[in-house]
Formats: sequence, structure tokens, C-alpha cells
Amino acid sequence: MGRGAVLVEVGSADEALSLALWAREARVPAGEIVPAAGTVLFDDVSDVDELGTRLSDWDPAAEPATGELVEIPVGYDGEDLADVAEHWGTDADGVIERHADIEFVVAFCGFSPGFAYLAGLPSELAVPRLDTPRTKVPAGAVGLAGTWCATYPTASPGGWRLIGRTDARLWNAGREQPALLPPGTRVRFRPA
Amino acid sequence: MTATLVVEEAGGLVTVQDRGRVGLAHLGVPRAGALDGPAAELANRLVGNDETAAVLEVTMGDLAVRATEAVWLAVTGARCPVSVEGRACAHGEAVWVPRDGTARIGPPESGVRAYLGVSGGIAVEPVLGSRATDTLAWVGPPRVVVGTELPVGAAGGAPAAHDAPRPPRPGPLRVDPGPRVDWFAGDALEQLCATAYTVTPASNRIGLRLDGPPLERVRDGELASEGMVLGAVQVPPDGTPVVFLADHPTTGGYPVLAVVRADDLWRCAQLRPGDEVRFARG
Repeated sequence: MGRGAVLVEVGSADEALSLALWAREARVPAGEIVPAAGTVLFDDVSDVDELGTRLSDWDPAAEPATGELVEIPVGYDGEDLADVAEHWGTDADGVIERHADIEFVVAFCGFSPGFAYLAGLPSELAVPRLDTPRTKVPAGAVGLAGTWCATYPTASPGGWRLIGRTDARLWNAGREQPALLPPGTRVRFRPA
Repeated sequence: MTATLVVEEAGGLVTVQDRGRVGLAHLGVPRAGALDGPAAELANRLVGNDETAAVLEVTMGDLAVRATEAVWLAVTGARCPVSVEGRACAHGEAVWVPRDGTARIGPPESGVRAYLGVSGGIAVEPVLGSRATDTLAWVGPPRVVVGTELPVGAAGGAPAAHDAPRPPRPGPLRVDPGPRVDWFAGDALEQLCATAYTVTPASNRIGLRLDGPPLERVRDGELASEGMVLGAVQVPPDGTPVVFLADHPTTGGYPVLAVVRADDLWRCAQLRPGDEVRFARG
């Protein structure tokens, strides 16, 4: 696609993450390696042929590298908590118990700096987006959309169903690692 | 002693820009950087800087800066009036500003974005390896407003008296096929290249938004979010294309029909609302 960029399609977000982590570790010739829901974008590629050769070494069946575990304290008082409870056929305590019991993995980031798409919610707990997105979701909000979970690093518009809020600093441009949750990070939410 | 530029007037959007930050797209950070890269590089060459030095990007506005020490300045990009201490100066040439002198640039007569280079470069503190301001998420130095004080680095090379003017490149924006051509009707690329589009006022540093007959999709539903490249011609459900520029989101969920060649992107920085745009296969 275009010159100096290659979009690799894989089967799932898991595979995309696995390929992106492998490629970063293997230092393939690309300035940007961007995993997403079912693809990995290699951009600023100096040598497309060499990249292709290198990527053929990737084994999709290989166990992906395990990232650092980060614990996020959450006050479960989101505006859509009752709504989500209804979708899940439980009550607020039931949502908290299930949500805090899952070990999520950051599949990819996007939307805004440090906004991490967390995979791990089973498909039977998928919740639809809001019909009308909120014009402002506060920083630290914890939301669900489909089978994704995310925490908003900065205030922004958003259509995710909000179940809680955290004080964790998800984005800090002054840190050497500005994003608290880069792709591959394992995440657990702890009721605060 | 190194100078400071004190901003006395600032109309329109004024930001600090360099070549932008790379390597952070996987964290959701846009690259940012001067939208008209060649103009920013020219401004730097004219005042004796490395081409990577930071400059000011002035969008459809005017700007007055006072230099606390003598400096060389150069204004490039959109054609606009330039004066120092009230005396008209040339656009696209190095001009000397005495200590405490004020340089002024007026609204452009043609084009959109003017670049102000200063000997030594704008030396604000870099953020994540770059001095560029991203307007999507506001990563980087804050927007330049009246009262902003911009430190200037130590001058390096000798200023060039003049530089070869950029070759005019009328003609269409050259494109390569994008990754989702198959989401559109079979002749969508041909249609893209046969249509005269109009630049809309919603265009900004994130994207050049175009109006024209809608491009027809053959696939419904949502595309799962995927990485986006600079110059991507993304087509939202209304069928009118958007060319992604420096502050574009790093991932997106609308299909990309084509990608504008990097060499042609600077022209997108200088197109005004109402201007006609055409595409051609590269």
C-alpha cells in the first residue's frame, strides 16, 4: 500500500499482537510497527523485499511474548454500570466481580495517545456501543465496547459504555515510556 | 547570547513544527511535523540551519515576533507580505532582524501555510524526541499565542542569500492503490482519478477533506480498525475522500482506496477551500 508501507493481514487481534511484538524484537526494517484488530502495518519501510523475507521467519503458532502485568485500581461507579449489568444478566456487583476477574492484554493502541484496546472479554459478555456517543468522556473512564475494554487516557468524545474510573496515569509525554499500557501489556483491574 | 522570539500578534493557527516524531504510532501518537515539508526545509536552509530544525507554521493568519537579540529570519511557503521594523522584505530570502526588532508576516495572498525559520532554530523543549505540535491530541509544545516566548538555538551555518525556487508542480496528486481497493466498485480508482474534487473548509492538519460525487462501496459493514499511513485516501460512509495529513489518527476504521505519494503531500498543505484537486495514478 503506497510506497514504503506494508499492511499484513492476519487472522485475529491475538495474531496481530504476536506478529507486532515479534517484529519489534527482531528489529525488522520498519520505522513504525502498528498492530490493530486484524492487521499489522509496517510503515517507513526502507526495503520492502527484505521486510518480506524477514517476516517469513515469523511462526504464527509460536507462543507470543508475555508482557508486563499492570494493575489498575478502579472505582466501579460508571454511568452505564447498570446498563452493562442488564446486558450481562447480573447486578452491579456481578459486573465488578467478572470484570476484575479477567486478565486483559493490550492488543493495540489507537484513537488517542495511550488509548489501549484491551482484549480478554469473552464474546458472551460483548456489549454494544452507545447509540449516541457522549461528547465528553472524562480522563480515566473505564469503558466497554463489543468485546473490548479501554481506559480513556485523556478526556475525549466517546461511545463506549462506562463502568468505572481510575486515577492511574495512563499517558505522560514526559515519561521515557509515555504509555502506561503499550501493546502486549497484561492488565488486571482491582476494585478500589 | 541566544535570542528569544516574543510573539506580539498571532492570528490563525500558529504551531512549532519540525519533521515530526516517528516510532510512536503503535502508542497512538500521530507523527505531526511541518505539513509543507519542503517549505520548512527551505526556511531552514535560508537561515543556515540544519533542515531538521524547528520552525513556525502559520496557517491563514498573521504573526508578529520581536527578537530579543539580532537574528536571521526567512519566510517561505504560502506567499505572504513580510516586513521588519515596518519595512517590506522579500519572501523566500534571509532577512536580518536587529536586536529588539519586530518582524511581521501578513495573511497569505495565495496558499495556506507560511513557515518562519530563524537562525539557530526554535529551541523549545522537545517532547518525545520532536518539537512538532500535533493538533489531533496536542502532543508537543503548546500552540503559539500572543505572549508566547520562544527560545532560539545557537546559530550554526552561514545564511544562504537565496535558494532555488521550488519547481511548480501543477498537475494532479499522484496516487498508488491503497490496501482496501476491493471495498469499492471495480472502477473506483479510475473514478477517483477522473473526478475534479473541491477542497472543503473542514480541511486541517489532520486531513484534506474533499467534496465531489461519492465513491461507491461494494462492501457494507465496518472495517476493523487498522494502521493508517500518511497520504492515505480514506473514504468514510458518505463516499467523499479525505487525504490523511501529518496529524492523522494512527489507526482508523474506514477503507483506504489510494495513497498519495509522499513527494506530492506538501501541495495538500497549500490548497485552499474551494480549490480544485485531481488525482492520477503514480
